[in-house]
Amino acid sequence: MAVYKKTYRPYEGELTGPFARLMVIPRYAFEDLHRSKFLNTFFIATLIYPLICALIIYVQHNASALQLLNVQNARGLISINVTFFLSLLGWQCVMALFMAAFVGPGQVSPDLANNGLSLYLARPFSRLEYVIGKMSILVILMSVMTWIPGLLLFVLQGYLEGWSWMADNARIASGIFFGSWIWIMLLSLMALALSAWVKWKPAAGALMFVLFFVTSAFAATINAVQRTHWGNLASISYLVGSIWVQLFEGANKTTNGAVFFRSPIGEEVPLWLCWAGLALIVGICLYMLARKIRGAEVIR
Amino acid sequence: MEPVIELDDLEVRLGGRPVLKKLKATLTGRSIGLLGPNGAGKSTLLSTLLGFYPPCGGTARVFGRDVRTHAREVRGLIGYMPENDAFIAGMSGVRFVRLMAELAGLPRQHAIERAHEAFFYVGLGEVRYRALGTYSLGMKQSAKLAQAIAHGPKLLFLDEPTNGLDPPARTRMIQLIQEIRDRGDLRLILSSHLLRDVEECCDEVLILKDGNIAAFCNLEEERRANRRFLEIETRGENNGDFLAALERQGCETAPGAQGRIKLVMPDGLEVRQIYEIAAAQNVQLRRLNHKRDSLEDIFLKAMEAADGRL
Repeated sequence: MAVYKKTYRPYEGELTGPFARLMVIPRYAFEDLHRSKFLNTFFIATLIYPLICALIIYVQHNASALQLLNVQNARGLISINVTFFLSLLGWQCVMALFMAAFVGPGQVSPDLANNGLSLYLARPFSRLEYVIGKMSILVILMSVMTWIPGLLLFVLQGYLEGWSWMADNARIASGIFFGSWIWIMLLSLMALALSAWVKWKPAAGALMFVLFFVTSAFAATINAVQRTHWGNLASISYLVGSIWVQLFEGANKTTNGAVFFRSPIGEEVPLWLCWAGLALIVGICLYMLARKIRGAEVIR
Repeated sequence: MEPVIELDDLEVRLGGRPVLKKLKATLTGRSIGLLGPNGAGKSTLLSTLLGFYPPCGGTARVFGRDVRTHAREVRGLIGYMPENDAFIAGMSGVRFVRLMAELAGLPRQHAIERAHEAFFYVGLGEVRYRALGTYSLGMKQSAKLAQAIAHGPKLLFLDEPTNGLDPPARTRMIQLIQEIRDRGDLRLILSSHLLRDVEECCDEVLILKDGNIAAFCNLEEERRANRRFLEIETRGENNGDFLAALERQGCETAPGAQGRIKLVMPDGLEVRQIYEIAAAQNVQLRRLNHKRDSLEDIFLKAMEAADGRL
């Protein structure tokens, strides 16, 4: 119908399914993100490190390239092993932290600022779907930055090194995948919870960094003052790092985690406490979201 | 007529405080008014029907569907225009309405088309690409109406739709609501504390007071029933004889001050005969009005009841 026909008429066409409705939120969010030159540039920049890694893997397996660069002994300098992939994961996850700090605060707060949320939830759309829809924006972005390039590099290395390498190091692939997802879910929930409670976007973004870096400094201070290593429980990076090492290597620990996610050998706290720490953070984030994501506020 | 809303001992508590107290009613009208002073529970009732607040007792059904067990289905039938500001400031008007239509389940192409249509329909066609944050209050109200109707709901909830509007904008809003009502494609529920808005738009009214149903009336029937209700003003000496003569004709009369008389005419008696009786009694009729019990009278009576119940 042409737009000049100014009359009300009911809608009698077909309706989309719940999944298509859920995907409306990320679609609109990506349209908005796409307009930001800064975010586009930053997102592309985050893929530079995996590209360098791909180049290293390729050159390592290409004798003529090594000869051309006159570095025939380079194979011995950089080993493609657990440390290589953990470093990649560490860097990419810090980039994901930046991305979450830039994108996350703009997700929920604009809907809460002018009561737009009541209109979302007045549709056949639940609170859970709203949160999943908003989370999916961050999950998709951070997946492209973390486990997708990680697994692609793993496959490239396996392809060049031989399938037996791949079979021997299957644990690395699962570590990349599950380790990334732990970080992605944690960051997404933290970003949304902060976005729901802190309406000023720069402050919400800054709080993301505070939670990550300041808790590490706080943990180090506790350790130094109390001459203990239990302070590590206050450090998100330590908790995540410990779990990553477990995922990548199991009980035979040879590394001390990834860059920015160190869990030094000899300073371990029980792994179940690390999981419990992360579960506590997730629980707090979910509680914060449950308090704010409502169709109508209860005024006591 | 199919019931739109059925409330069966509906109770809602917010923060431990009872806000809706055992409401029981069946609303079947084409356009239903929710009337009551501020804090009576009108918006809470709408929010409960939308599933925002869980009932702590009783049930509420919309088109026969329980709002607790079929919340998603119920929300799929409703278009909601909230009382307060509700928009995303940085988004253009038409994009916002399109987003809301898509969330309601319209495919993308239909949503685009209907968002534009809705914007033209509410009179915002020229400003549809402007950010909602830059709209005036009246424009924001119209944009809220646009998002409520864009997906073609079966039931429209309008919560204080004329709030903050100047007289021309209010008139325009009321006209839009009447137009939507008169098309007959959807039912509407209008919550307001303004009697005039409800009187102009609704044919059924539920009056709430302190979370109770203070009165329920069918305005259409009220209007029809009161057609034989007259208020006359007389001048002359024989008022007593005039009243007696009217009563002999079967009228119910109630004399007031300064020669005013309220009377209910029996079936078969015409106004012309009143004039004849007055002439016979040598009484001058200075004014004669068809007096009906206005919504204001009904509302005031309901408010007078001490516990909020009639």
